[in-house]
This record gives sequence, structure tokens and C-alpha cells, in this order.
Amino acid sequence: MKAFTTVTSRAAVLDRPDVDTDQIIPKQFLKRIERTGFGEFLFFDWRKDPVFELNQPEAQGTRILLAGRNFGCGSSREHAPWALQDHGFDTVIAPSFGDIFRQNSLKIGLLPVELPAEQVHELMARARAGEELTVDLEARTAGGFPFELDDFQRECLLEGLDEVGLTLREADGIAAYEAANAAPISTLTV
Amino acid sequence: MGRTLFEKVWDSHLVGHAEGRPALLYVDLHLVHEVTSPQAFEGLRLAGRRVRRPDLTLATMDHNVATGDDTPPDPLSEQQLDALARNCAEFEVPLYATGNGREGIVHVIGPELGLTQPGMTIVCGDSHTSTHGAVGALAFGIGTSEVEHVLATQTLSQRKPHSLRVRFDGDAPRGVTAKDLILAAIGRLGVDGGVGHVIEYAGPVIEQLSMEGRLTICNMSIEAGARAGMIAPDETTFAYLEGRPAAPQGAAWEAALDRWRALPTDGDATFDREVVIDVAAIRSQVTWGTNPGMVVSIDGAVPDPAALTDADDRAAAERALVYMDLEPGTPIREIEVDRVFIGSCTNSRIEDLRAAAAVVRGKQVHPSVRAMVVPGSAQVKAQAETEGLDSIFTAAGFEWRRAGCSMCLGMNPDILLPGERCASTSNRNFEGRQGAGGRTHLVSPAVAAATALAGHFAEAGEV
Repeated sequence: MKAFTTVTSRAAVLDRPDVDTDQIIPKQFLKRIERTGFGEFLFFDWRKDPVFELNQPEAQGTRILLAGRNFGCGSSREHAPWALQDHGFDTVIAPSFGDIFRQNSLKIGLLPVELPAEQVHELMARARAGEELTVDLEARTAGGFPFELDDFQRECLLEGLDEVGLTLREADGIAAYEAANAAPISTLTV
Repeated sequence: MGRTLFEKVWDSHLVGHAEGRPALLYVDLHLVHEVTSPQAFEGLRLAGRRVRRPDLTLATMDHNVATGDDTPPDPLSEQQLDALARNCAEFEVPLYATGNGREGIVHVIGPELGLTQPGMTIVCGDSHTSTHGAVGALAFGIGTSEVEHVLATQTLSQRKPHSLRVRFDGDAPRGVTAKDLILAAIGRLGVDGGVGHVIEYAGPVIEQLSMEGRLTICNMSIEAGARAGMIAPDETTFAYLEGRPAAPQGAAWEAALDRWRALPTDGDATFDREVVIDVAAIRSQVTWGTNPGMVVSIDGAVPDPAALTDADDRAAAERALVYMDLEPGTPIREIEVDRVFIGSCTNSRIEDLRAAAAVVRGKQVHPSVRAMVVPGSAQVKAQAETEGLDSIFTAAGFEWRRAGCSMCLGMNPDILLPGERCASTSNRNFEGRQGAGGRTHLVSPAVAAATALAGHFAEAGEV
């Protein structure tokens, strides 16, 4: 996973609620079997519209995306955070996220920052005025506002830790669970 | 104090774990398909890891498969399907490939084979995994990194979600189906109303629903933002499961029944939130916008965004009407469609096909409509053909196709053309979901069937 510590950048503003992962990366790009190269297809259909927010000159080269509530709702496709990260975003700040999108983002080092809607709107105003924002994971602040993230997730992101490797250290506990609980099914003998 | 169904399943799957880490949850069944798994298998390969429990893992092909022979092969889809076959062979994961006879949409075959059982934890790299909660399992969608984590460890680290009970009060009016109940609930909750929650659906109308209806309800939990939806197991659940290939038999069946009967939420358990929905007021539902919460009764009209007080909601509704090419105030029944799609993990089970066939029997699809029926699995298709449903559909002018996700998400050749309008029994009406520029209206199988005959939104008995 890509480690995240701090980012300072101008921010792109996408002030729409309920942006679903079908918009972030349409299905025709999910047929690739690699993890990389999705950035050029980010918001593929919306980018055909010249007035789309991310087509504007001020959105180019930004590493922070400010978004509306319930960002990343819908499909579980991890291709959505892959595309955002591949395009150059390191963090998305929104009042809320789709649960699976949020989880997927944490797993790859794309930091989802949840702030109250009023604070997100204030950051959007500052971003539109051209101000650079800083998202500091060490201090857990975004544009000066404190945000919540549990210690474990923060540690994983700061260090870029491989969570599978961490869990495999618990192999004894997993084996003990399996010894105590018979599997209810077997897919080999159906 | 008593516990909820969700808490009972959650508690019984906690693996002892290190301080300071989120809960580690054991996974009883991991379902895999071609689209969200290749990078996960590649991750295992790069790290030299194996699949910990191939016997708790099952793969099928559904998203990309062609449902007919009328389109040219798609090399990218074939590459992805081949990759799944190779990965399953290398990691010894059982695979129901196309042509196996048991293949189909992953959320249709799990319950159909009896692999989906009360009290289990079930995950899949697909957001509609919530479907399996209908039997009283805790089932939710995960991303590819988590797929890799489950393949390697058979566990997931999770923050415990909040609990939300959605209670349907009163009796459903005649003709109101499970699809209408869940669409009305999403309209009420909003598409983010369930974020961070596991929903338990309750009330007399839920208890009276068949398993197929319950699967439809839980399937769309994610459309309200909830990762999982659950329904207490009862005699309907047990009767559905008994005798299915993976269901316990003999003494093991009796022992399972004892465990399953202890699962329903205790009388003194409490939920973090409760929502009550009056069923008597619900009619057939039709979505008008670009998310499943943008929904009205078929007796209603396209709403006027100006009436919305929240500025974000108003702007979203205005955008949606432009995309959908609809005018506020247009009666829903006057909206004409080009396409009808009956299928998807929401509504492609045998009961759905029977309901649609009952509407179209002896009638003809409207000449300006192209209509298709796509069974959810090879077994549903075979059952429907045994019952003669395929002949009813084809005689009426429907296409009868092979099992797959088909036009629910259009990763295969079944797509809408730009500007085409579709009455669809699927679960998402997002922009471009069924094909770039396509316009999707979500409905029940009965309304989809009646709409195919009328050429505009209609209910059974009107055509």
C-alpha cells in the first residue's frame, strides 16, 4: 500500500451528492486484470462535458478532491479508488462516503477524510479562491480542521503496511477459531 | 440484555486478536467472480501466499458472460474469464464456469445451492452480497484488497457497524411486491440513509414474503447505503433450504435447526436506529431519476425539483431530469420505453419469472419495445423451461437468454444505446449504468412485464 503522511496542494471541487462508483470509473474499464492505468478513465463520461468540474484549468494537478456527501456510493469496485489515485489524488474530503469505497480507499492509501458538511463547504470556498490546503495524517487535520481516523488505520497508512501480512501474524488465533468452530459448509463437496 | 440477529452472528465470528486492532471477523463463505478477483489472486502470487480455505471459497462467471450467440466475442471479457479459470486451477478454488450447469449470478447460486445458510458470514467482491442476508446471514460486499485478505486469511478486519431496524407495518395492498417495498424504503431512507449500518427488515409483510422476495429486499440494502441487510430465519427459510445440495442432512439438519432457531433478535434487544414504514400506503414503484432513492408510485408523476428544500438534493434532481430527459409533472404511466430488462441478482429467480410470465401469457410485446428475460442461473433457466415459461416469453416476443448479470451493468454485450429508455428489474439507475447515455427506470418484474406489453409504464391487468 502507498504510504500517506501529509499532502499540501490546491484542491479540486466536485460539489455533488451521491457520486457513485459507476461515474468514477464506468464498467467498460473493469475488464482489465491489472491494478494500474485506470487514471485516464476517471469520470470517463462526465469528462466529455467541457464544463465538468475536473476539466477546468484550476483542477489540473491537484492532489486533493473535495466532494459532496455519500461520495463513492454503489458498486464495490476498487477500481474507483485506483482510478482516483492513479489520476493523482492522494486524499478525498467529503461529509460522508459509501462504506465499501471508504474501506477500499483505506486499503490502498487513498486517504478518505470525513468532515462535517459546513467544514467541507468552507474548504470548497477556500479551494475555489485558489488557496492550497494541507492534509496532515500525523496530526489528523485537513485544512486546519481535525478529523477522526482510528489509530490502527492511521498507523497502517503512515507506514504503508501490508494488512494481509499483519493478519497472518494472527494465524494461531485463526487456527484456534477453526478448531473450535466446524465449518457450516464445504464448497468442495456440494 | 438481549441481542439482535446481527450481533449474534457478529459475536460468534470474532477471532481472538491483538490489542489496538479492529475486530477480526471469520468468513464462512467467500464467493468470487471474474471482475473483482484477478488483482487479488495476483497479489497472492506476488507475495507467495496461498488460499487458506479453498473449501470455503466458490467462484462463478457472471458479470462478463455473453447471454446469447448473437454478438461477437469480446476479447477483453474472454481474457478476464480465462484469468479466473487459471487462478481457480492454480489456487484450487472450485469454479462453476459457463456451461457447468450450476453457473449463474453469484447471488442467485449461493442460496440456490443451499450454501447460504442462517448465521453464516458471507463476503464477495460485489456490493450486492447483501442479498444473502435474506436467510439470516451477515453478508456484505468487499473490494479487491479485501478479497485478497480473505483469500489469504479467511478473515476480514472490520469496524462494527451500527444497527438499523426497518419495520414494515400493516398489510401490503394487492399487487405490491418485494421490489416495491424495498424501493419505497430506499425512497424513504435516502441512498445514504443506511451508511455505516446493518439493516434488519421486520414486520408481518416480511414474515409473509417468500425466500425469493426476501432475497430481493436484502439485495437492495446497499442502495440505501447499508453494507448488509438481514431477515430473521423462520420456517419459510428452513423449508427453502431443506434438501438443497449444501444443506445439512439427517441429524446435522436437526442440529442446524436448533442453532438457527436461536438466531432471531431477542425481544429486549435494542437497535441504534429504527424506521417504521406504513405498507398500506405503498403502490407499485417506478424510479424517475439517477439513483434508486429517486422513486415514486406508478400512480404519481415526475416530481418538480423546485419543491425540494435541500439545495444539494434540488441540484441533483435537476441534473437527473436533464439526464433522464423528463419534464416535472409528467404522469409516470405516460412515459414510453424502448427496452425492457427482466433479470439481475435483484429479480431473476424462478418466482420473478413466474410473476412476469403470468402477466404476458397470451399477449404481445409492444411493437416499439425490445424486451429480454435473462434467468439468474443455469438452474433457474432449466426450471423455467421445465415449466414452459420460456415459451410464454418467446411467444409474446421476449428474448429468452442465458444466465448472467446481463444488462444490469452492461459489462457484456447486453447494453442500452445512448438515449434509450428502459424499464428494468435491476437495482441501479445510475447514469450510464446499463450503457452510456441509457436511461434506466427500476421496477418490479410484474410492472416490467406489463410495461413491455403497453409500451409505457403499466401494471398487470391494464394491458
